[in-house]
Amino acid sequence: MKTLSNHAPVKGHLPVLLPVRRVLLSDIPLQDRLFNVWTAAALLLAFVAAAVGPSFAQAEAAPARSIAAILLEWTPSLALAFGFNVLISIFAMAIGTVMGVGLGILQVSPTAAVRKTAWVVTQFFRNSPWLVLLFYCILLIPFKVSLFGVSVPFPGWIKAVIGLSLPVMAYMSEFMRGAILSIPTGQWESASSLGFSRGQTMREIILPQTVKRVLPPWMNLYAVLTMATPLVSIVGVNEVMSVTRAALSAEGRVDLLIPMYLYILCWFFIYCYPISALTSRLERRFAVKL
Amino acid sequence: MSWTPDQPIVSIKDVHKSFGPVEVLRGISMDVMKGEVVCIIGPSGSGKSTLIRCINALNDIQSGSITVEGQEVHDPKLDKLALRKKVGMVFQQYNLFPHKTALQNVMMAPIKVLKQNRADVEVRARALLKKVRLEGKEDSYPGELSGGQQQRVAIARSLAMNPDVMLFDEVTAALDPETVKEVLVTIKDLAADGMTCILVTHEMGFAREIADRVYFTDKGVIVEYGPPATFFEQAKDPRTRQFLSQIL
Repeated sequence: MKTLSNHAPVKGHLPVLLPVRRVLLSDIPLQDRLFNVWTAAALLLAFVAAAVGPSFAQAEAAPARSIAAILLEWTPSLALAFGFNVLISIFAMAIGTVMGVGLGILQVSPTAAVRKTAWVVTQFFRNSPWLVLLFYCILLIPFKVSLFGVSVPFPGWIKAVIGLSLPVMAYMSEFMRGAILSIPTGQWESASSLGFSRGQTMREIILPQTVKRVLPPWMNLYAVLTMATPLVSIVGVNEVMSVTRAALSAEGRVDLLIPMYLYILCWFFIYCYPISALTSRLERRFAVKL
Repeated sequence: MSWTPDQPIVSIKDVHKSFGPVEVLRGISMDVMKGEVVCIIGPSGSGKSTLIRCINALNDIQSGSITVEGQEVHDPKLDKLALRKKVGMVFQQYNLFPHKTALQNVMMAPIKVLKQNRADVEVRARALLKKVRLEGKEDSYPGELSGGQQQRVAIARSLAMNPDVMLFDEVTAALDPETVKEVLVTIKDLAADGMTCILVTHEMGFAREIADRVYFTDKGVIVEYGPPATFFEQAKDPRTRQFLSQIL
């Protein structure tokens, strides 16, 4: 079997225990390079063309512009709006990750009260619908906060970021808890026998080892989060879905409905598919074979 | 209470230890002088590993006392760091930090725990790796080393803390027969340098060769002990004789 690792295969060698290494393009087998993101994206574009194609015939008959031309015309605004979705997803992911790592560490605290509180918080946000959390944040967070004479405005999209970061935090907390508990107890014992305190052991020895275990589910979560960003259009943030709706009503053409939404679908697909492909690649690479 | 080198460096008195309803140690007493090499042998489940884990406070005890250089190990007010500086421990499963190279594994504790100067620590760490015959493997990760090599890194890592006593918990039990020897040679070098060593081992030949005293434990008590020559040749207790006849 061709392995992506350049380390000598050692008996009992678990890829998850090896140091993180960059995957080079040349390491990727040819068939993976051929049948990958881009071929899949091309297929999807072909699908779009098939859906849009018949309308060209209509376009010739009617004086109206072709659907393809309309899509192209709206592309800059849609791209800008899609960029906003990406921005929201990145901020929500960043905030959610930082809070989730903290919460996950608290979930393995030796103090029972701390551990249980962190567990309750995690379970609460993990089992709440994202949309409901979004509404809560929009309604509960004031539009501006005054602190020491400085007023910080909270526009809708920041509230949306906070709303989306809550479920991210909860999932991340669970990933961290699982990853920390999956580190063999021998690591804690040897660290302890070398005089490391609990905090030092966590920072220096346990957390660095959890990175690789958490990375694939974390990336997966990011893809899911990005696909959930259209939710924020419901709470009045001008992201790609709102702009699409505006474009559709401005054009006022029924035959535009399906091609336009399909076009947006492609945007999400092209952005999210590489992430999920990389995720499954990493999962295979770090898989523990027993 | 001050400790002088003419007193036992490790003193165990009537130690009892249970895991739930199971009494693993049922009154163990043993004294080890500075520079002595002591081997503990016995069937599995006899409490050998638990005993040496108690010396390092990795396990607590229900009653009795364990002192290292006069300091009570199971005193709730004990400064664990002070104990861990005195006692080094090597485990059956090596427990190296897989995200660090061999050299970093050895350097980590002196830098992070003892706050020593990085440059000095590196010089010492390289010397220690050389001493355990791992020159050239400094930048290898544990996953790239064989079991025997990993175990020798683990020994160097413990030695980097300059302990006065080394505990070895079945350190060759997980190794291939051909790599057992390289680890045993390393331990023998240490013993020859005057390091106080307490070993739990199944390597009878090795115990016989390097031990000053051999203890035989069974069902949580010390059945018999003595210098290896008398212990292996003229064991008095029938349980010891039966155990030895099974494995020798």
